[in-house]
Amino acid sequence: MASPERRRIPSDSPTAIELRNIVKHFGSVHANRGVSLQIKRGTIHGIIGENGAGKSTLMSILYGFYRADAGEILINGSAVVIRSPAEAIALGIGMVHQHFMLVENFTVLENIVLGAEGGHILNRGLAEARNAVNMLKRDYGLDVPAGTLISDLPVGLQQRVEILKALYRRAEILILDEPTGVLTPKEADHLFAVLRKLRDEGKTLILITHKLREVMAVTDSVSVMRKGELVATLDTGSTTPAELAALMVGRSVSLTATKSHRKTGRCILELREVCYTDATGVERLKNISFALHEGEILGIAGVAGNGQSELLEVVSGMLRPTAGDILLHGKSCLGMSAKSLRKRGVAHVPEDRQHMGLVMSFEACENVILGYHDNAIYGSFGLLNRQMVIDDARRKMHAYDVRPPLPLLYASLFSGGNQQKLVLAREIDRHPDILIVGQPTRGVDIGAIEFIHQRLIELRDRGKAILLVSVELDEIRSLSDRILTMCNGLVVGECTPAAAESAISLMMAGISPDKAA
Amino acid sequence: MNRYADLPWWADYLLIPLLNLAAAIALSAILLIAIGEDPLQAVQIIAEGAFGQAEGLGYTLFYATNFIFTGLAFAVAYHAGLFNIGAEGQAYVAGLGVAFVCLYLDFLPRPLIIILAAIAAGTCGAAWAFIPGYLQAKRGSHIVITTIMFNFIAGALIVYLLVNHLSPAGSMQPETRTFSPTARLPLLHDIFELFGLSISHSPLNASFFWALICCVLFYILIWRTKLGYELRTLGANPLAAVYGAMSPPRLIIIAMMLSGALAGFMALNEIMGSQHRMILDYTSGYGFVGIAVALMGRAHPVGILLAAVLFGALYQGGAELAFERPAITRDMIVLLQGLVIMMAGGLEHLFRPNVEKLFAMRRPSIAGAR
Repeated sequence: MASPERRRIPSDSPTAIELRNIVKHFGSVHANRGVSLQIKRGTIHGIIGENGAGKSTLMSILYGFYRADAGEILINGSAVVIRSPAEAIALGIGMVHQHFMLVENFTVLENIVLGAEGGHILNRGLAEARNAVNMLKRDYGLDVPAGTLISDLPVGLQQRVEILKALYRRAEILILDEPTGVLTPKEADHLFAVLRKLRDEGKTLILITHKLREVMAVTDSVSVMRKGELVATLDTGSTTPAELAALMVGRSVSLTATKSHRKTGRCILELREVCYTDATGVERLKNISFALHEGEILGIAGVAGNGQSELLEVVSGMLRPTAGDILLHGKSCLGMSAKSLRKRGVAHVPEDRQHMGLVMSFEACENVILGYHDNAIYGSFGLLNRQMVIDDARRKMHAYDVRPPLPLLYASLFSGGNQQKLVLAREIDRHPDILIVGQPTRGVDIGAIEFIHQRLIELRDRGKAILLVSVELDEIRSLSDRILTMCNGLVVGECTPAAAESAISLMMAGISPDKAA
Repeated sequence: MNRYADLPWWADYLLIPLLNLAAAIALSAILLIAIGEDPLQAVQIIAEGAFGQAEGLGYTLFYATNFIFTGLAFAVAYHAGLFNIGAEGQAYVAGLGVAFVCLYLDFLPRPLIIILAAIAAGTCGAAWAFIPGYLQAKRGSHIVITTIMFNFIAGALIVYLLVNHLSPAGSMQPETRTFSPTARLPLLHDIFELFGLSISHSPLNASFFWALICCVLFYILIWRTKLGYELRTLGANPLAAVYGAMSPPRLIIIAMMLSGALAGFMALNEIMGSQHRMILDYTSGYGFVGIAVALMGRAHPVGILLAAVLFGALYQGGAELAFERPAITRDMIVLLQGLVIMMAGGLEHLFRPNVEKLFAMRRPSIAGAR
């Protein structure tokens, strides 16, 4: 990570954004409780907080997605009312969303002009945009191939398109929502360089994140939110990650998991030359071989989209490998359904809990039986005994500290961390021999991360095997006993958690250790 | 986010359907005024015609029986995320099954005939729905396209059979012979007479009770069985269904066959309960109106029951209105029914954003700077 070049904020520099006493309710949820905040022009301001702390709500109010129940917004000193994103854009506010809002089968240029075509004849708008993009490219080093389809671009460049879109609409204030979630460490560094350049040109940037190291690396000042309140605004230079973490959670937390020494046992799962080619003919997994032992956490590092998702689905029986063999307890389990694998003690915490691990429109208790609903304890003769389901869910929710512990609440109404705890409760509580887990703490707040990590280590200490896939290198390093790094469907190399971050980063970029040496 | 999380349940299940209905009535009123009729009087005639006398009520519930079956049929597939718009064809083919039992097995004792006819209705409807279900599950052919095409195929098939094979020798009518009295469903007024009670004559028959039982079974299936859980999971999140070790192709086929069977039961009411012979186009749109019934009833059996009675009342009261007021023609009645279907089905979510906004405003806002 680049050395932090921080800007000293002159106390007399003009205020770009001022929020006064912003209040917002969603039903019984009090998302923002009288938040007041000033952000100076030409600075990078971080907003950190756990999931559900209200930071996204606050920014959505600023960007016109929601209207505050009470409170005032001042842009450059004058009070404004922002009723829609279009009005926000007109006021010079741009937003780069966590999930990109791009049309995949449009070119970069077409995406940039989308909604700002400037008339019915597209050519003129495109020509103008091309000039503008060239200028932006020159000024900020935002280099993207303008004629390429979005679907052909890596995520790092897609994000640049989002930034260009905002700048093309003359944004002076740019809100970035969790911008590094999908980036490699190198891409993140490049993004930070771009952000610094934008700041130096006088733009105001707001960075929403829950990653402390990003805040420390790039911001000038930082606000901490907790439970809808803004608990502190600090100069980044005069604070520490530990202080910020404590402010976010409201108590001091340990930032790294502590675990005992490994007592690795027998090999329980083995992959031999596993290949997977998807329906479009793309080779997602290329000759993957490794062994997973009892009592170990095997970490799979890598940038998102390099075959880890397919690896999870192949091992959990959701996808069938096109070649190779998978041995469970020494016997081939190829062709076994996800159902029979579950019965044999393979549990799976999917990467994407919202789209795969949970049914958001179902009650929590209905989600706690997903995949295990055939189990006789939930009723015989094909019937579902609702009382048993609710009781079981209540017990699991208490054991895994899911808040609020209400089995009848819809899954969509829980925060990200609690949704994840719900999935973990379901998968771990049945004492699986093997836990396959993808991105266990993505979008999860710090307090819950600690809890989830403890549970995973507990399971390992009981002699169970865990296959852990995560794009968070810190997480992989602090939990794993061994690390495999994947790039482009290949296992590039194996190392220990003690290996240097730079070595793993190189492997994540596809450079194997022997070649690098 | 949950689609309906922003509204209390009663607003979702009662207020919005009632608003839709009110809008339909308002539009109808404008139409009636335009042709010089008094809308209040029209409403009165419809209400009296549908509920005023026992005979009218009998007809209302008779029509409602059709709507319950087709509404449940649409809803069961809808819970699994499937848009089965082929209830029309499925019920039509089921009529064939009922007719076969009633024509060729009428030497059996009456209860046995009824049971066999019910089985035939369900099986034929399910079989007709199986083909689009299979094509969707295994070949990815879209269910909306295939089910609507199968309506036409069913139509052509039955015309062919009625004209060439099933009409009695010497008859020019494209219909079967009338079923023998033992091969008919008992009418409600006959059942009541057994107990010494006398009610007005109407085509309301025993299949109405079967429709009510189907409502209960539907509830148990969808919310109290593992199969129902799997169907709802598939409908709400297909990826989660795969993750949860379910087989979507299997579930798609099951959902379609259940849907077809429910649609098929409509044949019991119409063919075995009222017409007493297989005729051309006996389904006359009940399958399609079932979609509006299911949507208005929020795919819940209680809602479907209420919506079915409402549509039954519109059919019966509408007929009454056309009879009483010559200026209001049959076509005008169809138009009015169409307005209700449009508001309840097609424009189901028209008022939702506004209602949600109202509820958002009503929420207490804790003292702020405003």
